[in-house]
Amino acid sequence: MASVEFADVRKSFGTHPVIKGVDIKIEDGEFVILVGPSGCGKSTLLRMLAGLENISAGEIKIGGQVVNGLAPKERDIAMVFQNYALYPHMTVADNMAFSLTLKRASKAEIEKRVKPAAEILGLTPLLDRFPRQLSGGQRQRVAMGRAIVRDPQVFLFDEPLSNLDAKLRVAMRAEIKELHQRLKTTTVYVTHDQIEAMTMADKIVVMHDGLVEQIGAPLELYDQPANLFVASFIGSPAMNMIKGKLDPNSALKFKTDNGVELPVAKAPESAKGRALIYGLRPEHMTIADGGIPAEVVVIEPTGSETQMIMRVGGDLVTGVFHQRINAKPGETVGLSIHAEATYLFDAETGKRLV
Amino acid sequence: MTMTPTAKRNSALGTMARSNTAVGLFFMLPAAVFLICFLTYPLGLGVWLGFTDAKIGRDGVFIGIENYQALANDSVFWMAVYNTVLYTFIASILKFVLGLWLAMILNEHLPFKSFFRAIILLPWVVPTVLSALAFWWIYDAQFSIISWSLMQLGWIDGPINFLGDPNNARASVIAANVWRGIPFVAISLLAGLQTIPQSLHEAASLDGATGWQRFRFITLPMLTPIIAVVMTFSVLFTFTDFQLIYVLTKGGPVNATHLMATLSFQRGIPGGQLGEGAAIAVAMIPFLLASILFSFFGLQRRKWQQGGQD
Repeated sequence: MASVEFADVRKSFGTHPVIKGVDIKIEDGEFVILVGPSGCGKSTLLRMLAGLENISAGEIKIGGQVVNGLAPKERDIAMVFQNYALYPHMTVADNMAFSLTLKRASKAEIEKRVKPAAEILGLTPLLDRFPRQLSGGQRQRVAMGRAIVRDPQVFLFDEPLSNLDAKLRVAMRAEIKELHQRLKTTTVYVTHDQIEAMTMADKIVVMHDGLVEQIGAPLELYDQPANLFVASFIGSPAMNMIKGKLDPNSALKFKTDNGVELPVAKAPESAKGRALIYGLRPEHMTIADGGIPAEVVVIEPTGSETQMIMRVGGDLVTGVFHQRINAKPGETVGLSIHAEATYLFDAETGKRLV
Repeated sequence: MTMTPTAKRNSALGTMARSNTAVGLFFMLPAAVFLICFLTYPLGLGVWLGFTDAKIGRDGVFIGIENYQALANDSVFWMAVYNTVLYTFIASILKFVLGLWLAMILNEHLPFKSFFRAIILLPWVVPTVLSALAFWWIYDAQFSIISWSLMQLGWIDGPINFLGDPNNARASVIAANVWRGIPFVAISLLAGLQTIPQSLHEAASLDGATGWQRFRFITLPMLTPIIAVVMTFSVLFTFTDFQLIYVLTKGGPVNATHLMATLSFQRGIPGGQLGEGAAIAVAMIPFLLASILFSFFGLQRRKWQQGGQD
């Protein structure tokens, strides 16, 4: 186990920069998730940590040691690939024991290491099968088993759940989290799925366009997004973003470009007169008589909650309500917004002001 | 309502048209005619001729295995068998090793990769007779460019007698055959190499494998099925080689480079002994069958390639 540190790490493919100076500190034993849209550089960053890509500039440290010049096999890390990368011509047992076989470990030693790993992952009855004879979830587990047997300093996961169906993904999510709690090995996990990030991580690194947008605990990012990108990326359904300005006459009112007045809890001096974006999470509103009039566009009951897309002045607003609602498309309902839970972003820089 | 005779005939035709077997056989007919005329008939005729004393311009009579008895005591025939086996064995191994090596180089990220991949095919594309003629000049007793270069470098005093000395001649024709055969092996193995996912190599290098261990434990086992196909074809092509030898040495010196194919032709056509030529050709069949059987077992799907039952 070890800490991991990225210090002003950069990477270009030819003249095209993909990582533009990244600083991340990962504590020993932490579960860190790099999340971001496709092409944001998160997988490249992971592969640089693994030694599969060169580092153009900056330093990567594992356990305090700079690893820039070290080959992948010298870094003592294990990686689970998106396509699992199981050796198709080896049985499950041989796949898991491959790193030990390369080190010419004795049969007894191999057995001693593979058996408990297989036990943890429920792979014991499958040890003699070939990867082709396994289901997606089983292959996933073999890939993790291969990593566990190594007992490495750091686990790397590169979008490991994206090839699984939705139900299995949820199950494997819990399994990986439990595994981390049991082994306490430093883990770096890459995904584009913010729900995976929210549910599994100790710490989330949100990346966008080769840069780190924000680092923090899942709920920290959810409650205090640093900017528009993080605010829109974290949370499902996504935060509502409405363009407008503060009402010059009353500081605690936000006037949308379409002329609707929305409540604000506090407004800093700097926000006055600027083009702003009003951020409102779908769950921070309730239906109330005498509220802001909203025309129902789509209503989606899911049982435990009801999701509604409404038109407020011309802007589409998504709301999630825990009560059952009997509205029909075209009807108008009253919306009560929790002013304490709203955000204001600078429309130009995207930075959060409130 | 009564059925007219026409309707009856139509329905009989209809039944046949609806029968999948009949339609299947019908569609196989052109291919079957082609195969029977151009493969089965000549093969059968060849086998039959081997049991006769046919000569050019004269139908033979059946003489049983007399031709084969004669061959069994014919030192030139045994020389040809020895040459063919030696030629096939050495040339195939060299083609495999060099072809695999070339394929691995071409599989790397090289500048002008597609250009190199294209020119590597040239020896394969050039007609055999043409390249054989080029080699004939390269191996010429007086004007050989190899001898000339080595003499200019001061490494040898006189020209090398490439095709005049039995062992030199054998080595020379093998070298020419290898040169011609490498592209087929290299390009086929390159195709095989490209089916191995990059992530397997990455996983292996993270698991601590050195370059050699990656080759030994990942590349080679995953390439075995395609190696079996490629090498079977390569062995068949080499074993039945004719053009190269016929242009370069015509089997000389003193039958030192005669292969079974060239000997069969020489005895059968210029020599006029059709029966004996055919018998030599038929004698190649066991060797070729053995090679095909080898590929049949080599090609069987490995256990790891089979899908699961659950």
